[in-house]
Amino acid sequence: MNTDRLVQLAHGGGGRLTRELIEREIVPRFGNGPLSGLPDGATLPSPGDRLVFTTDSFVVHPLEFPGGNIGHLAVHGTVNDLSVCGGEPKWLSLALIIEEGFAFSVLARILDSVREAADACGVTVATGDTKVVARGQGDGIYINTAGIGLALTGFVLGQERICEGDCVLINGTLGDHGMAVMSARQNMDFVKGPVSDTGSVQRLVAAVHEFGAEVRFMRDPTRGGVAAVLNEIVEGREIGILLKERDLPLAPATRAVAEMLGIDPLHAASEGRLILFCSREVAPAILKRWQALPNGEGAVCLGTVTRDKGRVVMETVTGGRRLVDVPRGELLPRIC
Amino acid sequence: MNYIDAFRDPAVAKQFVRLIAEQGRALADQGRRVHIMEVCGSHTMAIGRYGIRELLPENVELISGPGCPVCVTDPGYIDAAIALAGKGAILATFGDMIRVPGSTSNLTQCRVSGGDVRVCYSPSAAIEIAQSHSDREIVFLAIGFETTIVPVVSIVDEAIRAGVRNVSLLTAFKLVPPALHALLADTEIKIDAYLCPAHVSAIIGSQAYEPFAADYHVPCVVAGFEPLDILYGVNGILAQMLKNEARVENQYARVVRRAGNPKAQARMAQYLEPVDAVWRGIGVIPSSGLGLRPEFAGYDAEKKFGMPVHIGQQHAGCRCGDVIKGKLRPIACPLFSSVCTPDNPIGPCMVSAEGTCAAYFKYALRDVQQGGET
Repeated sequence: MNTDRLVQLAHGGGGRLTRELIEREIVPRFGNGPLSGLPDGATLPSPGDRLVFTTDSFVVHPLEFPGGNIGHLAVHGTVNDLSVCGGEPKWLSLALIIEEGFAFSVLARILDSVREAADACGVTVATGDTKVVARGQGDGIYINTAGIGLALTGFVLGQERICEGDCVLINGTLGDHGMAVMSARQNMDFVKGPVSDTGSVQRLVAAVHEFGAEVRFMRDPTRGGVAAVLNEIVEGREIGILLKERDLPLAPATRAVAEMLGIDPLHAASEGRLILFCSREVAPAILKRWQALPNGEGAVCLGTVTRDKGRVVMETVTGGRRLVDVPRGELLPRIC
Repeated sequence: MNYIDAFRDPAVAKQFVRLIAEQGRALADQGRRVHIMEVCGSHTMAIGRYGIRELLPENVELISGPGCPVCVTDPGYIDAAIALAGKGAILATFGDMIRVPGSTSNLTQCRVSGGDVRVCYSPSAAIEIAQSHSDREIVFLAIGFETTIVPVVSIVDEAIRAGVRNVSLLTAFKLVPPALHALLADTEIKIDAYLCPAHVSAIIGSQAYEPFAADYHVPCVVAGFEPLDILYGVNGILAQMLKNEARVENQYARVVRRAGNPKAQARMAQYLEPVDAVWRGIGVIPSSGLGLRPEFAGYDAEKKFGMPVHIGQQHAGCRCGDVIKGKLRPIACPLFSSVCTPDNPIGPCMVSAEGTCAAYFKYALRDVQQGGET
């Protein structure tokens, strides 16, 4: 076995090998900005009065899946969390927890993806940390990123601002990430299988901040999918949401796998989608603007806000109506 | 996916809804209410998912039957599985089983307290696990109806061919026709027609339902799982009832043959033999299950480990039995949505994604406020 190509416990020990890992893998990719000289913390210029700050941990299995890897997710997840709060993402921290025996070749691919995604989003990896845990104590690699963004002026966001008649918009197809990971996890080798939508929504957010108070609320439908986000919003409120099954945007491969596994695509996670509530008046203008942007081509109106207290209801293709419930526990396959 | 869209066409659905309404009215004029049992859990889910109950006339009622293999699993089976995990076996199972209540615990709790329980999507995973853990015993939780039985029993076939000896099945296979017979024989249950399962029928063939039409004068229509299939099926049942006919109609001819799938039937007969089976809530139905033939005892977990499955204890207030038999609507159960929810299921009908109570909880808009005795 060729051990010099695998991460050893000593790579996290603080000695010569740690230095080597940082200098070979981190500095060439991220060492130009605030990380240059490897200070214990980053000193950053204040970008404005109000900041947005968030953190997220990434433990996806498998680490690489159709459409991306854990490195892309680690950037997009945090960038998107900042964006949906009305922030313009500026800086990220990057903390790696690597399992002993992890291949440097995979680590390099993941870090390349972090770099590529951060560049595309215009964010800087400003500080970081690397630890190594013993074999069996981690699942290859876990990543945590925290992010700081500048709060964009103009937005007045809040769930409580959503009212009857508002429109629910989304920038593309539902549940692609969830179904891509699920297919990869089960080794379903499709010729044209589902592809993760991992991507950034920050430009879509920046494109609508001038609509100010007409934009009520934004959220990214990650774990639990669109169903979880919509139910959370109407729970305990006087409002409900009506979706039309005919209008649900679904990628053919995602739809096929969801049918096979018996999973509702409304319950499957996205990692590059944005749900936006806005007044009916501005919805067409927002859709038009989004459709001209990358990651916005597939933007549609998913549904409308109703007076149906606390309920998310879908008008089905056959003309019936049904409740759209929150997913329960693990996403499980159907057995017959 | 155009093939699927063809069976979800809104314009065609509208036509069926109109035909069903007309026939429903004609039956109502004769003072008749129609109780159609949809036997299969996949039908129950599709009916919920497409809001089909809402599209039917008031005097046409769909009752959910015992066709979810997870729901009819007796607590004693779960007890036996937990006991095997306690002896160090790796349990391999389909996902829905991990939350089914046993007498005192379930497989999720078993896993939390150290039991090795693995969720599989395909039975072939059992062989893979067995090969990569040659020092451990792997027990596959072999439940299911006719559709699932053949792929699951292929584990034995594959194990024999590959010389894998550390894998076995804990069987609780169940057969649909004996249960349908038991329901019709129970005079307390009002069933006017069967909407017969799609995939099960692909194996057993539509001829399996002929005795019900002949002996009990109950129309039986085999229908697929798409919304138009179901509407078409209901429409076919009402047409028979209006003419006072009772025959087997195969409306899922794109998949189902009258004689079923002889290859699958032969494979079942090769490895399995009829046994009496316990159905949760219904009790023991003679010859309603399949167990491994004696020559495959080495792959039969009960025999291999000398641990026979006993009938288990159910939660005292749980009325899943009545729900499974179509005697009680989920919402009439005192536990429904107050104590028993998908997050905290007391009975198996709430556990499985295809369980009747789970379907009601998940999708129902209209029924939740109404009474439930049927």
